[in-house]
Amino acid sequence: MAQIGVDDWVAQSGGRRDGGSGWRKLLARADSRLGWWPRLALVTLAGLIAGQLLTNVNLQTVAFNSLLYAMLALGLNIAVGWAGLLDLGYIAFFGLGAYGFAVLSSTATGASGSGGTHLPAIESIPIVILIAGVVGVVIGLIALRLSGDYLAIVTLFVGQAFMEVVNNVDPGTLGGVNGIFGLDSLHSFGSQVTSPLGYYYLALVMTVVLAGILHLLDTSRTGRAWRALRDDPLAASAMTIPVNKLKVMAFSFGAMVGALAGTLFAAEQNTVFPTNFTANILILIYACLVLGGVGSIAGAIAGGLVVTIGEQMLSSPNDAGYLFYGLILIVLVMRIRPWRNLAAVLTGVIGLGFAAHALAGAISSAAVAGAPGSGGSIGSAVRDYVIVPANPATYGNILYVVLICALVVIVRLHGTRRLLAVVPTVYIAACCWEARLIVNPSITTQIMIGAILIVTMAARPQGLLGTHRVETAEQ
Amino acid sequence: MQEFIQTIVNGLQTGSLYALIALGYTMVYGILKLLNFAHGDVYMVGAYIGYFVIHWFGGPTALSIPVPLLILIMFALASTGCGLLGVAMERFAYRPLRDAPRIAPLITALGISFVLENTVLLLFGGFTRSYQTESFISATSGIHLGGVTINIVEIMVIVVSVAMMFGLRQIVHRTTLGKSMRAVASDREAAEMLGINVNRTIALTFFIGSAMAGVAGVMSGLAFDQITNTIGFLAGLKAFTAAVVGGIGSIAGAMIGGIVIGLAEAFSLSYISTKYADLIVFGILIVTMLVRPQGIFGRPLLQKV
Repeated sequence: MAQIGVDDWVAQSGGRRDGGSGWRKLLARADSRLGWWPRLALVTLAGLIAGQLLTNVNLQTVAFNSLLYAMLALGLNIAVGWAGLLDLGYIAFFGLGAYGFAVLSSTATGASGSGGTHLPAIESIPIVILIAGVVGVVIGLIALRLSGDYLAIVTLFVGQAFMEVVNNVDPGTLGGVNGIFGLDSLHSFGSQVTSPLGYYYLALVMTVVLAGILHLLDTSRTGRAWRALRDDPLAASAMTIPVNKLKVMAFSFGAMVGALAGTLFAAEQNTVFPTNFTANILILIYACLVLGGVGSIAGAIAGGLVVTIGEQMLSSPNDAGYLFYGLILIVLVMRIRPWRNLAAVLTGVIGLGFAAHALAGAISSAAVAGAPGSGGSIGSAVRDYVIVPANPATYGNILYVVLICALVVIVRLHGTRRLLAVVPTVYIAACCWEARLIVNPSITTQIMIGAILIVTMAARPQGLLGTHRVETAEQ
Repeated sequence: MQEFIQTIVNGLQTGSLYALIALGYTMVYGILKLLNFAHGDVYMVGAYIGYFVIHWFGGPTALSIPVPLLILIMFALASTGCGLLGVAMERFAYRPLRDAPRIAPLITALGISFVLENTVLLLFGGFTRSYQTESFISATSGIHLGGVTINIVEIMVIVVSVAMMFGLRQIVHRTTLGKSMRAVASDREAAEMLGINVNRTIALTFFIGSAMAGVAGVMSGLAFDQITNTIGFLAGLKAFTAAVVGGIGSIAGAMIGGIVIGLAEAFSLSYISTKYADLIVFGILIVTMLVRPQGIFGRPLLQKV
């Protein structure tokens, strides 16, 4: 007689074995048992503790920015991730929020030096969000007539139009290219937020509340309808889902979240400039969303944190090295199996570097006369490793082009050949990094953000935390 | 009247450049249903290639070869270079995503555009570079009509654009390659089953489209003199508008759309306001979308389930 439950046990044995062993298994089990809300509570707790630990004002600002980008990614996720509408005008709503707040809380509308509107945050933020929602509805109504790609181009124009308006409207009102400055802090009920830490906590509360609301929305009827719309608009409308209404809603909701983030941004920064709302920032928000995983709330938040912190690290020559070499190491460890190959590749990379450096030094001392761009301990560690000539700009440019070609070649190779090709490529990357890339941190950051979009889409379209979607490519 | 004619000439010149870029958009869109945002940046790369060719042959003030030869070399190198760039983009970024959700290649295209723009910034710096066209092509030579001068560059831009569009039309309608392009555009799977090499056809489409953008880049450098790494964004946007206004997927549409956008821009620049010219182009796009979404020459799409 078969015991009760034996079949279940047998059926689950595969899953138990795949779950791994030791701490990994424990972690996976804990992960699967924890519900969504407790997780949000844990994240909130971590955020509060982090706030206590951040004593440096710069770090507090970075923390605030990462939450800001998390919020922006959450808003973008509504239209892009859930409803499947490629909204490239999202930056305009962010700007609308910021400019709206600026006009309502500064002397911008009054005569210079006096007057102006100074509404408390409890009034100005809802007003701004409402306006953004209405604008979202209007643009959504245009979007109704357009299918996917046309929508993208029209919204891209909306972002551009926002920039043009802000830049060209009478400088007395919107400040023109100089922006609006001297904004009030967020204030309500007689108290106001002034310190970066204060804004951090405020952003934390807002992000958590937003994530909660969005989770409820995601699991609601509307959320399911959005996903149906994303996967197949025609089938969705055949199932009596009001496709048009949902598209407009998605746009409008995203606009409101973007505007909320905008008000917070304007208040924290105390000023707004047209350059805060360029296409570069839009791509940055997309990078957050795509890296974290399109369609996932946790992914949007994680993407915001990772991208902002990464961007911050890149701008400092001492920290950028850790990020760069760490990333290379992680990729190598994750992609090269078994460990014997990994050890061989790592030995090869290190050996090749010192050999090449010694060789170049023996041929001409000028070829290795330059100092690596990294500072700190990484800088001194790679001093005898990378070849950096005295005047590295042209050399670095050539290496950069060679590096891109090498990466393209690696994608095409397989097996042992790929392993062999990895060794010189990593070394070229290191030389190029020390000679050229780290010297121009802002450009390097932009290139890496673009690369995030391309690589994530090709290698792991679901992002870090998203779940894989099976879709048919119906046109 | 003088100003009016001059405006028309300017509009035709800008418009033919937009039309050349728009052709690349419309071809790629027609065949893959892919909006290649990076196309504008290919045009920018073409402009840079032209610039370096000038400096290769001694710089604008001390050219070592005759000007027509120089222009031919610029066209040849820019179209080859940009064409190869287009093929590489297709091969490594878009091909793996051919059956992915619609949004994935769009995001990749954004990424490529961003990488291209910043790579040029890294390699060549962010300052504005000048072709200094006037030091080797006289600005006053050309056709004089009353008080209006249509200079040689303007004539060249218009003539070369029209010739290239005509050539493209011949390729698409008269050659085997054109036939397979049309077949792949109408049904990729069926084309594959009939023995058409789909990958090669798509790669060649990218090559031709990008080569045309490269030539447009060189001509814009000659015509407008100044290039930076960001010229691709707005030009791409307007060229796409041109493609949509004319009817996407249609070659004649891209030409007409380009001319319409060019003229609209030129007239708003000289008669309305220099500040809002882009907004007016945008307005045209919105109105087209609302009134005739399929464009002037497009046919309404039937939705397949």
